[in-house]
Amino acid sequence: MNRTSMVEPILDVKNVTKRFAFNNETVTALANANLRIEKGEFVCLIGPSGCGKSTLLRMVAGFETASEGDLLMWAKPVQGPGPDRGMVFQDYGLFPWLTVARNIGFGPAARGRPTREVRATEKRFVEMVGLTRFADAYPHQLSGGMKQRVAIARVLANEAEVVLMDEPFGALDAMTRERLQAELLEIWEAQKLTVLFVTHAIEEAIVLADRVVVMSPGPGRIVADERIDIPRPRDPTSPEFNALRRRLSSLLAGHH
Amino acid sequence: MTQHSAWRGPALAAAFPLLALVAWHLATSGRAYSLIPPPYEVGLELWDLAFGGIYDDAFSETLQTHALASMSRAYGGFALAAAVALPLGMLIGRVEVIRTMLDPTLQLLRPVPVTAWLPLAMIVFGLGPRSAFFLVFLGAFYPVLINTIFGVRSVEPRLFEAAAMLGLSPSASFTKVVLPASLPSIFTGLRLGLGLSWVVIVVGEMTGVQTGLGAIIMEARQLSRTDIVICGMAVIGVLGFASDKLIMLLGQWLLRWSPQHG
Ligand SMILES: Nc1ncnc2c1ncn2[C@@H]1O[C@H](COP(=O)(O)OP(=O)(O)OP(=O)(O)O)[C@@H](O)[C@H]1O
Ligand SMILES: [Mg+2]
Repeated sequence: MNRTSMVEPILDVKNVTKRFAFNNETVTALANANLRIEKGEFVCLIGPSGCGKSTLLRMVAGFETASEGDLLMWAKPVQGPGPDRGMVFQDYGLFPWLTVARNIGFGPAARGRPTREVRATEKRFVEMVGLTRFADAYPHQLSGGMKQRVAIARVLANEAEVVLMDEPFGALDAMTRERLQAELLEIWEAQKLTVLFVTHAIEEAIVLADRVVVMSPGPGRIVADERIDIPRPRDPTSPEFNALRRRLSSLLAGHH
Repeated sequence: MTQHSAWRGPALAAAFPLLALVAWHLATSGRAYSLIPPPYEVGLELWDLAFGGIYDDAFSETLQTHALASMSRAYGGFALAAAVALPLGMLIGRVEVIRTMLDPTLQLLRPVPVTAWLPLAMIVFGLGPRSAFFLVFLGAFYPVLINTIFGVRSVEPRLFEAAAMLGLSPSASFTKVVLPASLPSIFTGLRLGLGLSWVVIVVGEMTGVQTGLGAIIMEARQLSRTDIVICGMAVIGVLGFASDKLIMLLGQWLLRWSPQHG
């Protein structure tokens, strides 16, 4: 946990606590969370239901404000949502009235880029996620995996530096999930992204992450921060992979 | 699954009215004192109303005038209703103060049927087309308003989050998110409103207007010209049906992205 670094972090979560008012009671969703993420890191958040993973992600995204503590991006306080932090939702959140291409071009268009440039961006990212044939399809005509590709592409097309993903592959079948994991890693490396990725699945975290941050509920807090040095692509049947899986399982079960 | 030919739908849809026509014919034709004329007499009268040359009475060749008068009032009243109800519904739906101020009054007035407004309308607007126009306006107003309010209020919060994280400014979110997201609902309101304008226009024209399909029906009733009454009914049916088809086609094109419509 005490990895100190001279490098300025892209994201710095300092002593953040989040409380919700709920039925005249106060629920502490997250207590004293500390997390530093450097540019280019792929960090996975795992933990049981209700431990505050989504809450932390939504605060970084700017959808929620912290009750206490500071959330910094490049040392500046996060103030509301912004295109530098793109979010990929589990339920996709695509605009149903826009085609695949227009969904992907939504961000650049909203930020006032010239139409010609927006069209070129759309084309590039539609190709990147392999949806050229479906560029003019509407979201309801796509499978779940294709929708999630669009959701990822629209964040990348918007030049987001940090990509926040809340169980993005949770609703997909195992084969689609594996393929999207591989694609995501490719894009992450090529685009030098910083990714904060929430998942329930230990395996998914080990396949993807540079660091796995383990959280625990009641109140939600960060209990461990494991670095993974296995070179990619990682083989889930290898001994190192299994050792990590056992270690993370026991951390999740509360033995730390 | 068996393959159905393209004619199956239309053939099935035509079967029922054809049967009704036969039943009507059997029940009325050849009777000396039938109060209801048989279908072919109504057909002849319809031809005479539209083109003349058969009876050449006071009604001959007047159908176009009456139909145009009704259409202009129905569409005019509907257009005015839409022009007021759409922006008002958006304001009530999205602006808290306006909702608190106007919603209770509008909800209170809503259960009052259009026909109950008739006496008041006649006092304020006088006997004549302006009353009819006002009643159409009123009839089309509520469906458009209610559905617009519902539409702009039930936009998925997730879509606002998605738009904000992609860099859309809050001021642009009305045109880029709220409007398109509520279009299906708004469109339902417009369709209901247009249908109601046709219902209401006939009632409105029965109150002392000289032209219009409602007027011709009233006049024919007083003269016991039941054939003309039935012609009027048929023309209203066809015109209302055609305008509904038109707005449906427009909706299917505008809402081709929606699994419920496209
Ligand atoms: N808007 C809210 N109002 C009240 N309580 C909330 C709200 N959002 C979250 N909470 C509470 O905060 C706690 C953490 O919720 P959160 O959604 O962050 O958990 P999570 O780790 O993402 O769980 P899951 O794995 O099930 O998605 C829960 O107890 C939840 O009930
Ligand atoms: Mg969650």
